[in-house]
Amino acid sequence: MSKQYQFKLVLLGESAVGKSSLVLRFVKDQFDDYRESTIGAAFLTQTVTLDDQTTVKFEIWDTAGQERYKSLAPMYYRNANCAVVVYDITQSASLEKARTWIRELQRQADPSIVIALCGNKLDLAARRQVSQEEAKKYADEEGLMWTETSAKTGEGVTEIFTAIAQKLPLTAPSATRAGGARAGPGARAGVDLNKQAASAGQPEACNC
Amino acid sequence: MDEEYDVIVLGTGLTECILSGLLSVEGKKVLHMDRNDYYGGESASLNLTQLYRKFRPTQSPPTELGRDRDYAVDLVPKFIIASGELTKILVHTDVTRYLEFKQIAGSFVYRDGKISKVPSTEMEAVRSPLMGLFEKRRAKKFFEFLQGWKDDDPTTHQGINLDKDSMKVVYEKFGLEPGTQDFIGHAMALYLDDDYITKVARPTYDRIILYTSSMARYGKSPYIYPLYGLGELPQSFARLSAIYGGTYMLDKQIDAIVTDDEGKFVGVTSGGETVKAKQVIGDPSYFGAGTDGGKVRVVEEGKVVRAICFLKHPIPGTEDSDSCQIIIPQNQVNRRHDIYIAMVSSTHNVCAKDIYVAIVSTIVETDRPEQEIAPGLSLLGPIYDKFVDITPLYTPTSSGENDNIFITRSYDATSHFETVVEDVQDVWKRVVGSDLVLKKREVEVQG
Repeated sequence: MSKQYQFKLVLLGESAVGKSSLVLRFVKDQFDDYRESTIGAAFLTQTVTLDDQTTVKFEIWDTAGQERYKSLAPMYYRNANCAVVVYDITQSASLEKARTWIRELQRQADPSIVIALCGNKLDLAARRQVSQEEAKKYADEEGLMWTETSAKTGEGVTEIFTAIAQKLPLTAPSATRAGGARAGPGARAGVDLNKQAASAGQPEACNC
Repeated sequence: MDEEYDVIVLGTGLTECILSGLLSVEGKKVLHMDRNDYYGGESASLNLTQLYRKFRPTQSPPTELGRDRDYAVDLVPKFIIASGELTKILVHTDVTRYLEFKQIAGSFVYRDGKISKVPSTEMEAVRSPLMGLFEKRRAKKFFEFLQGWKDDDPTTHQGINLDKDSMKVVYEKFGLEPGTQDFIGHAMALYLDDDYITKVARPTYDRIILYTSSMARYGKSPYIYPLYGLGELPQSFARLSAIYGGTYMLDKQIDAIVTDDEGKFVGVTSGGETVKAKQVIGDPSYFGAGTDGGKVRVVEEGKVVRAICFLKHPIPGTEDSDSCQIIIPQNQVNRRHDIYIAMVSSTHNVCAKDIYVAIVSTIVETDRPEQEIAPGLSLLGPIYDKFVDITPLYTPTSSGENDNIFITRSYDATSHFETVVEDVQDVWKRVVGSDLVLKKREVEVQG
């Protein structure tokens, strides 16, 4: 019998390091050189197949720009199972920013959260300011996963999400629900407004 | 900050966040600021550190209460009516994807010194200790009349005209006792006082139907509540706004509201910089409420007293409910306004295990507000700790149509969010110039 596990994944990192591009590459296998700051990117999901029996579905939360002025809501970190903290290998300051986000995660998020540090823009390696050694050393010290990616070429993108999926504790599906991963409407412990609104057959709920 | 915005929104209370979210979805360029370093303004949910900072700045929270991060204590005691207007906005904007809801386990009413469940079905009414045998029959006829009412079928009207006759006429037709009228008017129609009795019956009919249909939706009570506290609601609408391009700045002191020679809004000054926008929306605290500085654009309409109480047990007489509402109708305690109790607990992820958070509130009628809520406090049993807040209710002095300054109202004493949505609709109409029409967001294809 195949099993699907669902996890909440949050993205963090300084503006313009390529958080949204990374997700766009992972979810839709697209890249846009002149992508505007995140607008309208609602709620993305992508499934990773681990083996014949097991798939992991990521529910991906982008910052929607709320990181810019220290305005990320506690809701953002709440029940996050994993985080991808992104820096730009051509901007050494962005790694400093990543360290700040990792401290914030350690403070606000669940202690069991899986954190991956991700150096993006590998296609611009000629302009590299952050060495692999420096980033890897920091990641090892903090017990983080680490890799470099290029959202532009796609290099390393699927790999990092797959690696995260492999590292997440795959307990029984019911346990992942209790752990906070929202496993779709049917799996919620509480009441589902959407479902009820549809099945209650109240016409006024739909034409207001 | 040298950009120009369509709308600047001040304060991240629920009203402001819903408006910000809806305006961003509509394509407006929104800048949303708050002087606090947390979301929610007057409708925030605070952790212990924030709660103590607000009420007892010199004291730190007792370790006995447990972990700081387990707490989300609401400042305003309100529940969401399952079939009400806020639910519609939550569903239509799809912010429900960021939230999880649970039912409130029970709805109770105080009568003759004790509390009983508010009957909401015929079965419950028949078993309810609130009414004697003959009164039950009369009440049954009354509810059958309401449920059977069809506007276009005069045979269901039994000689009553809901749009002309007062509620008094309806009560008298069915011969309902004053005590029964109390629980119908206050615990079901959720009126805060008795003024509705002499008014036309239609709004009361609508409110009772809303109550019973909400009750029918999930079963235990007409209310639902977001896990992690009411403060999640503004956060979810703020996220909606941000996703549609809204810019968020917390922890920003607002130094001045800048206007031109004619008094029209120009911009907002913060940290020595002035950001320009066509319009500004904000809660009363940004427009002179309770301060000496700046132009005062709001007026105080009254005061609400709220006592946040930490208990180590469920409220006695509520069948050990993990959450409940208790309404004390004004007649029962010789007042003009009802006293409300709203209780939630760790089931809703708002406090540590085995702690219960009850908020007792009412509209202030005397110069000794704390004494006015004593009948409510006495129902709670031993109170571990109590934080009392007396909050003025502000309303704007002008519509904003002349100066492009649009001010929201304070959170009132009602036990639900229906008046908050009315305020959202009202401000929307003034800001945009047309009625708020909720469009379903496009459903994106999920991979």
